[in-house]
Amino acid sequence: MRYIPHTEADVASMLRLIGAPSVESLFAHIPAALRPSRPLDIQALDEVSLLGHLGELGSKSTPAVADTPREGAALAFLGAGITPHHIPVAVDALLWRAEWYTSYTPYQPEVAQGTLQAIFEYQTIVSELLGPSPIPGVAAPFVSNASMYDGASGTAEAVLMARRVTGRSRTLVCGALHPQYVETLRCYLAGLQEDRGALYDCVGFGADGRVDKEALAAALQAGGETTACVVVQTPNFLGVVEDVPAVARLAKQHGALCIVVCTEPLALGVLAPPGSCGADIIAGEGMGLALPPTLGGPGVGLFAARSEYVRQLPGRLIGETVDQEGRRGYVLTLSTREQHIRREKATSNICTNHGLIALAFAIHLCLLGKRGFVRLAQINLAKAEYAKQRLAAVRGFALAVAGPTFNEFALRIRGSANAAAERLREQGILAGVPLDQPGLALPALPDADRTLLIAVTERHRRADIDRLAKALDEVCP
Amino acid sequence: MSVVKSDVSEKPPTCSGPRGPLGTRHLLHHEAPIFELGAAGRSGASLPELDVPEASAAALFGELTRTSEPGLPEVSEVDVTRHFTRLSRWNHAIDIGMYPLGSCTMKYNPKVNERVARFPGFAGLHPAQPLGTVQGALELMYLLERALCEISGFSRVTLQPAAGAHGELCGLMMIRAYHKSCGRSPRKVLIPDSAHGTNPASANLNQFETIACKTGADGLLPAEAVHKAIAQHKGDLAAIMITNPSTLGLFEEHIAEITAAVHAAGGLVYMDGANLNALLGKVRPGDTGIDVMHFNLHKTFTTPHGGGGPGCGPVGVVAALAPFLPSPTVEKVASGYTLDFQRPQSIGRLRSFVGNFGMMVRAYTYIREMGGAGLTAATEMAVLNANYLRARLKDVYPLASEKPSMHEVVVSDKRLKKETGVQTLDLAKRLIDYGFHPPTVYFPLVVPGALMIEPTETENKETLDEFAEALLQIAEEAQRDPELVKHAPHLTALRRLDETRAARQPILRWLPPKR
Repeated sequence: MRYIPHTEADVASMLRLIGAPSVESLFAHIPAALRPSRPLDIQALDEVSLLGHLGELGSKSTPAVADTPREGAALAFLGAGITPHHIPVAVDALLWRAEWYTSYTPYQPEVAQGTLQAIFEYQTIVSELLGPSPIPGVAAPFVSNASMYDGASGTAEAVLMARRVTGRSRTLVCGALHPQYVETLRCYLAGLQEDRGALYDCVGFGADGRVDKEALAAALQAGGETTACVVVQTPNFLGVVEDVPAVARLAKQHGALCIVVCTEPLALGVLAPPGSCGADIIAGEGMGLALPPTLGGPGVGLFAARSEYVRQLPGRLIGETVDQEGRRGYVLTLSTREQHIRREKATSNICTNHGLIALAFAIHLCLLGKRGFVRLAQINLAKAEYAKQRLAAVRGFALAVAGPTFNEFALRIRGSANAAAERLREQGILAGVPLDQPGLALPALPDADRTLLIAVTERHRRADIDRLAKALDEVCP
Repeated sequence: MSVVKSDVSEKPPTCSGPRGPLGTRHLLHHEAPIFELGAAGRSGASLPELDVPEASAAALFGELTRTSEPGLPEVSEVDVTRHFTRLSRWNHAIDIGMYPLGSCTMKYNPKVNERVARFPGFAGLHPAQPLGTVQGALELMYLLERALCEISGFSRVTLQPAAGAHGELCGLMMIRAYHKSCGRSPRKVLIPDSAHGTNPASANLNQFETIACKTGADGLLPAEAVHKAIAQHKGDLAAIMITNPSTLGLFEEHIAEITAAVHAAGGLVYMDGANLNALLGKVRPGDTGIDVMHFNLHKTFTTPHGGGGPGCGPVGVVAALAPFLPSPTVEKVASGYTLDFQRPQSIGRLRSFVGNFGMMVRAYTYIREMGGAGLTAATEMAVLNANYLRARLKDVYPLASEKPSMHEVVVSDKRLKKETGVQTLDLAKRLIDYGFHPPTVYFPLVVPGALMIEPTETENKETLDEFAEALLQIAEEAQRDPELVKHAPHLTALRRLDETRAARQPILRWLPPKR
């Protein structure tokens, strides 16, 4: 066994020093009644057979994303929470360095400055994207943590944080929040609010796909001083860019915090950062800019908040300091918020974050740089606008909602979205997400069963979009 | 470019192992934050020419349009590559040397796992694809669930939780849902004082009240402590959370009696599976009265720790709890594999999509390479290695418990501290000079000055000897020259860092200098 280095002679001499007659004797104190009656029934494979087996499993699926046409990827227009972008080869090349992926949480800073500095840089990048840029010489207005598991659990943690900050318990969810984020929130809140009425209230959206502001105002009014936060996603699950400043103003009028969710951080290349629009806490998903989609995980939960709430943040934080000779260095800090010190009084139970994916996100953002990030966002916007116009012009097709979008939009087609998607799949096209698909359904949307959620990015050429439009038209009744 | 100066005036401390010097200083580069590198207009991006008309963000979004560029660096791909390669060299890592963090199971992360996880048929899958196009992935999840059931004795396993603590949260939610389905809502969870901090924190997220149970003088959880707690909280017991082997590296020998008592009082038994690497092929928790357990794929099953995640924290349950598993579950049906979203009693969802699938691929690859016999051998050699270190160290470093060790051994600094003033933290820092990552220190909290050493099975005898020699030499150094140890590390690019300053004046991002 290549990962177990012990020779028979090693085992014998080690047992001698221990003073044990056999390896089995090291387990003799485990009561016999607890021991299994048979050995584990799992067959071992050598490397050739292993690669063969896993290769065969891999070949049973059709990737949505691949680097070369030889890999048999479909032409995919899928987003719905993870919009896959091209990840430069250099990102993965750097992730292969074992110093990154075979190290652990930087508990001993003298031998972990690499991870510490890299995640400090990640925190800086996330604060820049989500919050306003700081004025030189003035304290940073927003602070990012070292990452969460993903956008959905990060959103639930943001709500818990808002409850701590405000001392209130009611949550208002703007209707076009990603359905899995809503489910995750329900799951997290179920343990905390079992006996105290509704876990959260949903506010619907209008014909433009944006949250109904009158309904939101009424819901806030009805809640009096009990609402802890309003959760709004932008671009929302339908791809529509929300009027975050208006939502934040309403929330603030009632003493509630505004939580902004962003599952497509690239949109922030053309949109004002949520932190400049009145957001108090921002949660997001960075996977689309960090890694291939990998069936949705591991991703990276972006998480930032106004600096005054730093002591209520969940998760790890890296801070700058100096070593005993005065040189700049980095450490894990403000850990008195965390479970290993505070135990049941901690701000969260989270221990590990998604450090490696946060690193990938940071590397990609560094490669893009200031202008590349903005340009990539403009490219996405232009491609999606082209696709929107092209598809909405097809006979009997129409945009499901009218609000402005970034690189994803909901298209109402002729007949069943699911049937159309199934037909296109046979042609090697994954046309979009039918909005009645289990796990991703948005029942509040009229005609959800006739609606496809379509994402278009820099990966798509004009010809790909034209092909989608033509094929979709052909398969619809 | 500046280079870390080797300070010739400083007497280089000698750190010799049986095979010669261990930690040495080599050429490392200082590397400023990336925001201080580069030049305006430089970029490492490769972007396509636009083949459609430009769109105006301002026309579409009005006041919601970004008006200033985000403060990202302006560097080339060469700069980025060099920056992150230089930074990486400041990390200790398993591929560089032994990393004996207790309860973290820092074993070798096989290269083949990394390769397989990048197959386009896994990495290239989008989570919203039609299930018919991701059959291989669902089959892998199904096979991984079956393998984890075989290893643990549980009836079903959810792969959804993203990490061990997330698994704890999930397990406790299921326990709450189970009690609720029986028309009860007990509030107390018993947790031994040696437990990981995530246990009480996860309990709190379910509004459970945690009741600490005191570890006995021998290091084990005494059944009497549990009986007493049960008697005090009669009728209100939701569960016990027990780590087995415990964070002291001991098999909880009274587990059968404890389990029976908790069940008799209407409670369920949650096992923290962080230390499962000690039990593969030796104990199947699901066969022994444990109702719920989380696995750490990043510990026992070699998925890399990634500098702090991503992990993966599947949760196994006995049949009675299966209806409460998170949604969706993977099911085998006549036509292949599917995701079941129709689960009326499910606790719901703890995160997006199906979980950290990339980690599942790696863990499944490892399990299939090892097979049942290989996994059992891993446990045997992990326990042998820990006991070998115990035997080599115990005369100088007092054991936290005389009970037999499993996969890790906990010793304390109490003798050395008394004799020399050298403390656990100093020992840990001095180990760095010898080329080792220090063990977990000051945990478990029940052992003063604890050093919690988990070598894992992937370390060979020579490395264990070097590690033991290093700790023994440091004990001698502490007698002879305590200041040398108290000011360690000497060979790292940075010396000890001022953590108090970091917390008192938090600087949590790079800030542009004052104009």
